[in-house]
Amino acid sequence: MSSDTPKEPMRHAVSLRVNGREHTVEVESRMTLADCLREKLALTGTHLGCEHGVCGACTVLVDGQTARSCLMLAVQADGAEITTVEGLAVDGELHPIQEAFVEEHGLQCGFCTPGFLMSIHELLAENLNPSDDEIRDVLGGQICRCTGYQSILRAVHSAAAKLRAANPAREPSAA
Amino acid sequence: MKPPPFEYAAPSTVEEAVSLLVQHDGEAKVLAGGQSLMPLLNMRFARPAAVIDLRRVAGLTDIREEGGALVIGAMVTKRAIERSTVVANRQPLLHAATRWIAHPQIRNRGTVGGSMAQADPAAEYPAVAIALDMELDMVGPGGSRRIPAADFFVTYLTTALEENEVLTAIRVPVFPSGTGWSIQEVSRRHGDFAMVGAITTLRLDGGRVADPRIVLFGVGATPLRARGAEETLAGSEPSEDAFAAAGAAVAAEIEEPLSDVHASADYRRHLARVLTQRALAEAARRAT
Repeated sequence: MSSDTPKEPMRHAVSLRVNGREHTVEVESRMTLADCLREKLALTGTHLGCEHGVCGACTVLVDGQTARSCLMLAVQADGAEITTVEGLAVDGELHPIQEAFVEEHGLQCGFCTPGFLMSIHELLAENLNPSDDEIRDVLGGQICRCTGYQSILRAVHSAAAKLRAANPAREPSAA
Repeated sequence: MKPPPFEYAAPSTVEEAVSLLVQHDGEAKVLAGGQSLMPLLNMRFARPAAVIDLRRVAGLTDIREEGGALVIGAMVTKRAIERSTVVANRQPLLHAATRWIAHPQIRNRGTVGGSMAQADPAAEYPAVAIALDMELDMVGPGGSRRIPAADFFVTYLTTALEENEVLTAIRVPVFPSGTGWSIQEVSRRHGDFAMVGAITTLRLDGGRVADPRIVLFGVGATPLRARGAEETLAGSEPSEDAFAAAGAAVAAEIEEPLSDVHASADYRRHLARVLTQRALAEAARRAT
């Protein structure tokens, strides 16, 4: 418990690569990666739900691995490669995971969707033939309050099939 | 839900981290994977003057074998444990317990050292530490020390770590051959904190249970080693009756189970009994 707060908050220059673009931003120590993405880089696709790591809406990829961007300080992302939901579609073409969500009704209000997409992206980058159990293990880390998960499960299977068809050699694409 | 202001430092050695802790004189917090500290900061339950991030400290992310034990660096993530064939082969209980912790997205960043230092009474790793007689290595201004898990967990969210010490590694004994083990837990959703969990290990010696170990978590302020139940069971033939008797002994041994919105004290006592019984049966099946 410190009663005297620092007069001038400490600031840091942070260089990070987001969706393939280099950025250098100046942040306060306390700024989360989520707020940095949303407020400094105007990437508002990353949604903030609970802000304590439970809901998963703010999930992004940090060096290819999912992380809650509300549970990371922006300063910790210095030098990291970040992928957000904005990095999935290429030239206006939806990513196969996004297409599958549309076709299988994997979303209703869409608030939680960015986090789901990033978590599923991590899963399918490693495993293009996930079982129901493997999918549920990953979806367990994401909360959706309107879709009911079953259609999301179908969307994952459908996305896996699309990606298998697109990558017969089973070469998961990075983006 | 935004953290209060604090200073931030990312030292590159343990010694530097310790001297920063000393400088801040009890007002700094150590940041490992952030999966417990960050929520506390966001909710402003923690208001440190400084956050000392260990992410750049060298030598805290190794898993190696050393004289019959696995030495696991404090900054090794749960995901790395989950993916480690060394851990899977050499200490399957630690490996299996990891899959019960939260979700892949959290395990990607949450660390071994972070879980131990956080000492949540419903967490898996502290209970595994007690069950396996792990030792914990820490470094402070006066040098390093090593203490057994049994002396590390003091009470709710409180460990033997001094405020100027940094946890650097855990030492995990491998099982004597033939040891059977099990971890069982009940939570609302898979990945949530356990309402109650039970860990058992045992060997079979001439068809009788030898060296049984029974540890419960989520029932009190720290993981509970049920010594009375262990004594009840030692030397018996492995049978449903013997396991049921041990379960009943566990239920009697829990003085005052937690009672909260997740589960009443009575329900926790019930779970402790049933999970102990199941865990003993599974451990006996695995013992050779």
